[in-house]
Parts: sequence; C-alpha cells; structure tokens
Amino acid sequence: MKIEVRGLRKQFGSVQAVSDVSFEVKEGELLGLLGPSGSGKTTVLRLIAGLETPSGGDIYIDGKRVNDLSVQDRNIGFVFQHYALFKHLTVFENIAFGLKIKKWQPADITQRVAELLQLMSLDSLEHRYPHQLSGGQRQRVAIARSLAPRPSVLLLDEPFGAVDAKVRQELREWLIRLHDRLNVTSLFVTHDQEEAMEVSGRIIVFSKGKLEQIGSPAEVYEEPATEFVARFIGAMNILEGTVLNGVVKIGSLEFPAPTIPDQVQLQVGFRPYYVKISEEPTRYRQTATLRHIYFLGVAYRLEIETAEGLILRSRMNKEEFRQYRFEVGQPVSFAVTQFRFLPQEGISFPSSALPQLLDAGPLTP
Amino acid sequence: MTTHSLIQLALRSASVGYVALLILFPLTAIVHQSLVGGLDHFTQDISSPQAASALILTLEAAFITTVINALFGTLSAIVLVRYEFPCRWFLNALVDLPFAIPTLVTGLMIAAIYGPTTILGTWLHQSGISVLYDKPGIVLAMLFVTMPFTIRSLQPVLMELERDQEEAAFSLGASPWTTFWKVTVPSVLPGLLTGVFLTFVRALGEFGSIVIVAGNIPMKTQVASVYVYGEIESYNPQGATSVSVFILLISFLVLILLERLTRQPGERMPLWLRWPKRPLSMIHPSEIGSQP
Amino acid sequence: MIRRLFIGSVWLYFALLLVGPILYLAVHSFDEGIAAFWNEVTRPDALHGFLLTIEITAIVLVLNLIFGTITALVLVRQHFIGRTILSGVIDLPFSVSPVIAGFMLILLFGPETILGTFFGTLGVKVLFAMPAMVLATLFATFPFVVRELTPLLQTIGTDAEEAARTLGANEWQVFLKVTLPMLRWGFVYGATLTVARAIGEFGAVLVVSGNILLVTQTATLHIYQSYVDFNYVGANAVALQDAQQDRLAIREA
Repeated sequence: MKIEVRGLRKQFGSVQAVSDVSFEVKEGELLGLLGPSGSGKTTVLRLIAGLETPSGGDIYIDGKRVNDLSVQDRNIGFVFQHYALFKHLTVFENIAFGLKIKKWQPADITQRVAELLQLMSLDSLEHRYPHQLSGGQRQRVAIARSLAPRPSVLLLDEPFGAVDAKVRQELREWLIRLHDRLNVTSLFVTHDQEEAMEVSGRIIVFSKGKLEQIGSPAEVYEEPATEFVARFIGAMNILEGTVLNGVVKIGSLEFPAPTIPDQVQLQVGFRPYYVKISEEPTRYRQTATLRHIYFLGVAYRLEIETAEGLILRSRMNKEEFRQYRFEVGQPVSFAVTQFRFLPQEGISFPSSALPQLLDAGPLTP
Repeated sequence: MTTHSLIQLALRSASVGYVALLILFPLTAIVHQSLVGGLDHFTQDISSPQAASALILTLEAAFITTVINALFGTLSAIVLVRYEFPCRWFLNALVDLPFAIPTLVTGLMIAAIYGPTTILGTWLHQSGISVLYDKPGIVLAMLFVTMPFTIRSLQPVLMELERDQEEAAFSLGASPWTTFWKVTVPSVLPGLLTGVFLTFVRALGEFGSIVIVAGNIPMKTQVASVYVYGEIESYNPQGATSVSVFILLISFLVLILLERLTRQPGERMPLWLRWPKRPLSMIHPSEIGSQP
Repeated sequence: MIRRLFIGSVWLYFALLLVGPILYLAVHSFDEGIAAFWNEVTRPDALHGFLLTIEITAIVLVLNLIFGTITALVLVRQHFIGRTILSGVIDLPFSVSPVIAGFMLILLFGPETILGTFFGTLGVKVLFAMPAMVLATLFATFPFVVRELTPLLQTIGTDAEEAARTLGANEWQVFLKVTLPMLRWGFVYGATLTVARAIGEFGAVLVVSGNILLVTQTATLHIYQSYVDFNYVGANAVALQDAQQDRLAIREA
C-alpha cells in the first residue's frame, strides 16, 4: 500500500512546522525521514497517522484520501519513540490490544500473538510486564503490537532513539530483515544520518519543515541538492567565494566555474577523501601545515591549515596512511581532486549553468 | 474534531462548576457576610478582648510549632534520606500517620497521656509543669498534626539534590560547611519554605485536637478556631465571621508569600503541585514503569 | 558520632510525638477489659455513628473520584483561560480551618439566605442534616484525588493513549482500557487519603451537623460527645476503632 502526501502543511500557532511537503512512499518500500530535531519530520509522520490534523494539503493511503478519516480508521501501525507500551498490560496483552479492539476471535488472537512473538524473538516473555524488559525487547514489543492488526502501512518515530548504541545496531539489522520478510510499506523518522543510510531504500531529508531532497542514500550523499543536505549528511569541506572571470578563487585554491556570471557568490563543497595529501612538498600544487591526526578505527582523518588560515579535513584509509610518515606540525602539499558548487537559497543560476553545477569535473593538480 | 472539543468543553464545565459550587460559593458567603458588617464591625470584633487574646494565642502557638517542626522536620528529612539504618522504612511509614489519624483522636491521645491520672501527668503536675489545658498542650497538638509537612516537602528535594553538586563543590575546594550553606541550602530552600509555611497555615486552623487538649478557657487557652466555634454555637455569626475572615486573610497572605518566594525563574508551577508528595520510594514501580 | 546523634534524636522525636501517644491510647482503651471495650463500641449510638460515617464516606468517595478525575484531566490536558485560577482554588480547602469551612456552609445555607430559602421551600433540609455533612466533608477532601492524579497524569503523558488510538480504540475505549488502568495507583492513594480524612473529619462536620444524637452524630462526633460527657472508656474505644479503620485503609493501599 503506498502513501502519498501532497502539499502538506501544518501550523502550530505562529510556527510553521511543516510547509508544503509532497512525496510518495512506494508499495513495500522502507523509507527514512531524516532531519535534525525540530525539523518537522515527526509532525509529518503524525499527520500521516492522523494524530494531528493538517492545516492544508492531502494525504493518500493506497490511493484513498484519508484526511477526513480518524486515526482509528486509517489502519496504520505506529511505533512511538519511547515505545508507549501499556505499562499495566503484559507483553501478550499489549500485542493483543489492537486485535481485541477489532473484535478478533480469542483463538485467532492467541495464534496471531504467538506468531508475532516468534517473529520478534520474544517467545517466553509473553507474561512479563514492560518494566521487566530491556530497551531492545520493549522496542520489539512495540513493533509487534503495531504489526498485530495487519496495518496497511507502518510508521516508526525514531524507533531506535532510546536504546544504547550496540542494541541500536542490532535492531537496525533486525528491522531490515523484518522488512525484507514482511514487505510492509514503512516510513521511519530518524535524526541519525548513518541509521537512515543503512536502513532505508530511499531517504527524505528534512529541514525547518521543508523537504530538502529525496533520493537513494548514495544520491543524497554524492549529490546533495542543497547546502543543508551537504552539511547534514557526512562530513564536507565547505568554502565560500566569489566568481571572477569564470573562476572562484579562495586563498590559493582555484575552482573553475566557466558558465557562471561574475560576482556571484558561491559555496564550494568537497568530501574529505577528495583532499589528497603528501608529505613531499612538491607532490601537489597547494601547500599547508598538518595540524591534527585523528585515528577513526577504519581510517584516519587529517586536518591541515593553509597559509591563509583555511582549515581543511582530509580522510584516508589505513593502507594509504601507512605509505606516508606524517607528523603533526610538518609542511605538506595537497590537492582537491573533486568538488561541487552547492546550490544556495536565494541564488538562482541560469538554467544553462546547471549541468556544470551538478557535475563539476576533477581539478588537475 | 468537533466531538472531541465538545467533550473537552463538557469536562471543563463540569470541573469548573463543581469547584465553584464546592469551594467558591461558601467562600463568597463568608466574604459577603463580612462586607455586610463593614470595616468598623470587623475591627471591633477582632479587637474585643476575648477575640484578640484567642488570635494572639493562636499566632503564638502556631509560630512556636512552626519553628520546632522546621528544625526537627529538617533533621528527620535529612536522616531519612541520607542515612541507612535499621527500621528506616518504619520511621518513613510513620511520618504519614498524623494525616491518617483523625485530629480529634490526636487530641484524645494527648489528653490521655498527659492527663492527671497517668504517671507522666502526675509527675509533670508535681514538677509544676502544666501541659494539658495550657499552651504546651496546644503546641503539642499542633506539632502532631503538622509533623508530616516539613519532612514530606523536604524529602523529594533532598533526594533530587544530586550528590554530584555537593561533590562538585568539594572538588572546587569548598569546605563541607561552605558547601552546606552555598549549595545544599539554596537548592532545598523552596522545599523547606513550602513545608514551613504550610505548617503555619495548618496550625492556624487546627481545631479537633485543640478543642480536647486546650480546655478552652476564654482569655487563657482558647484558640481562634475554638472561639469561632463558640460564637457559632452562641448564634453570633458576625463575631464568628470577623475572626474567620482574619484567619483566612493571614492564611492566604502566607500562601501568596510562599508562592512569591519559591517561584523559580521562568517557572509557573501552581502551588498545589508543590504540596508534600509521597517520596519516590513509596511509589510502586508499575505506577510509572522504569523509564529507559 | 554525629550520625548516631542525628538518628537517635529523630527516633526520640518520633517516639515522643507519634509512637508514645498512639501506643498509650491503644493500651488505655482496654483498661477496663475487652468486654467493656466491646460494650462501648456496640452501644446503639456508637453503632449509629459508625454507620453514618460509612455512609458519608461512601458518598464523598464516589463524588471525589468522579470529579477529582475530571478536574485532574482538565488541569493537565487542557489549556484555557482561568486554568491557573482553577488550580489555585483547588488549593484553598487545605488552608481553611475546618470550623471556618463549616461556618461558611452555615452562612450559605442558613434560613435567611437565597439558597436556604430555596431549599426550604423545596422541603429539603440541608443544614443539620446529611447534605451539609456531605458538603463539609467534600470541601475538606476534594483536593486529595486531584493532587494524587495530576503529577501521575503529567508523568505518563499521552503516548500510550495515542498508541491505543492508532490500534483502533475509540475515545471511550482509550479512557477505560488505557487511561484509567494507568492511573490506578493514583486512585488508590487518593481514595485512601479521602477515606481517612472523611472518617476523621471533625470540625466542619461538628459545625454543620448540629451533633444530634442518633441523627447526625457521626463516629467522630460520638467520640467528642463521650469525651465532653467524661466518658473516657467510650471515647477511647471508639477513637481506637476509628483510627484502625483509617490505618486499615492505608494498609490496603
């Protein structure tokens, strides 16, 4: 069952929590709503569920407009950030709650709950109360409860926000497997970009109540549509400069921008692994001083400072790092091998300039 | 949506209506009655020798009670929160007893134990100390009924006062004494003030236990509430009204002062939320469940 | 050393103020034997007092639970003009002397007032009868349920209720199956305090009841009367029973 949202708006008093948001969740898809806290992503989820009334726009579940349908009649499964388990009921009774409300036969209820307990690896916990469970177990009970009445779509609000890092990793993998198995259309909210990338087939990036970008994890990472996305997803060096004679010159760095008119102020972004560093002072054209070396486990991050005081981050894997003998404080040479201009709010480029913007070529040393 | 707001409106009306009927109407009645009498009557009534002496006695006894309970209540709260010792749970459970025992029964107990027929009573009598039918008895009765206030107001604050704040002060070189005055006291002060002020207000109005232990000798051991009762019984509503309104005014002023003193910056917490609560240890885990 | 001194003085304080008198009363009641105690408790006027007390307490408990729940829900869940005033007014009964509370009812329902005349023409006796005694007890006990439920409602929030809605429960089902069960401990404590206070309420009831033997004399009033009549055994026996009812209620909680 697909979900479709068109021109969705929500106003709380004078605060525009969601402004003109449209997107579609395809049948059987697992889609992540990613954004910093307060960006309106949870509100979007609650609007789809019917827990909030939209100020404008339409919501369709399986092609049917559900704006006027109450939350009870939308047949959605909702998983709350802090589980929202019924503390006075056992695991069994929690999962059976929706089934009893929908007047299932007792035998069917028992069978369905047993099925879910097994699916969620919760067998033998059915008589426990929520306060007797671990965080991960509670979360699985919450998901089981929402899945029990066979909802047409599953909505999850920060599903792993309240558990510790190790359990979170396990739950992520488990959610992916569960989704593969059940194939229920799912939309989940998270503020953790890593989680969104790992779990979802597609990501929607949210900021200040607006939709910034929709795309696969790779698209969003490699081709951020806005400055916000570039900054929010992964690490990126971002510099600011003005176009002069088809070139953006920032310190001694030059970024060609042949189709962009003069005097336009631009932001240039490049990922740390596009910054190549060598201890040989003449290997690359630019020079800088090595300021810090961070060991990240799988890789190293290096921080360099140019003569003009620009601080750039570079990243290299262990094998690469071992080829050099870096020391903090030593002079190094560097080059930026790939970059892109970041689209900015309030600045529109002539459409002919766009292809250039979206695929800025490598810069030769 | 409309049915939802209709339900809300209905609940709100029910609640406001009930509260108005139960609490506001009677208050209006007494305010009205006192306005009918006028200010002259009011001052005349409360300055009559018998009323004035009852009011002074009440204020005096309530004050002594408040001081004693503030001291021992604070000590008890600290001991109950900070120290581990055998039967601590038992003492902790005892604290609520005065709330559970009818005030009249409290009076009877004090009368029985200090009465002229007991060993204690006889001994006190021979030593020339009078408890029953005198001020000490009144204070004792007030002490008993107000005992939980300071302890129960302080306990939650003391429990919330994280040890790390004090440890942070130690780590910055503060002596235990300085730490106590600069860290502990300021953070528990709102709780303490709440307990102390409520003790005072409660003591002002106490009737059931005092009517038994005080002997109610006009001009000597008659407190304000007993005076009001006497005026009602002798069909003098005007005199009863004036003294009642005077006591009510003091109580409300004390509560408003408390509200001002304990209001945290940027916080608007209604007073009734800060009334002594059961300490967390007494709350059943399933009540709130363990939060992650 | 200081620790021992502190703990010691707290024990002493509790023993002198609380434990001593209670134990003394318990022992003293049986001074003249169990039979005498039993005789006093089962005298018709004492029995009538107990029944009246139970009746008033039951009515007050039901009303307080219903309206206390509504008021707590309104205070926590709704934002409206006058909410602060409502919460302030709920505070008042705690700070009003019981005698004054009773007196206010007399002024409100007295024979010369509008309300008094109204009920008089209807033939309903309010003062010196059941209605006023119930009202006086309600006045003194109303805050208990509200005060227990409000912090609880704030702690549990609305998540579980919303979860029930997403599972298809309508408002009434949400209230019955989720809200009420989650508040159950608040109800237990609130009801306990209400019952304890209702049984023990003296000043306000004394003023509005007229203290008429076998008509409006509650157990507590009976104790008072016995004491005034210098019937020590009677007063103490009923007092003990009274206190025990309270403590039973608390233990059940």
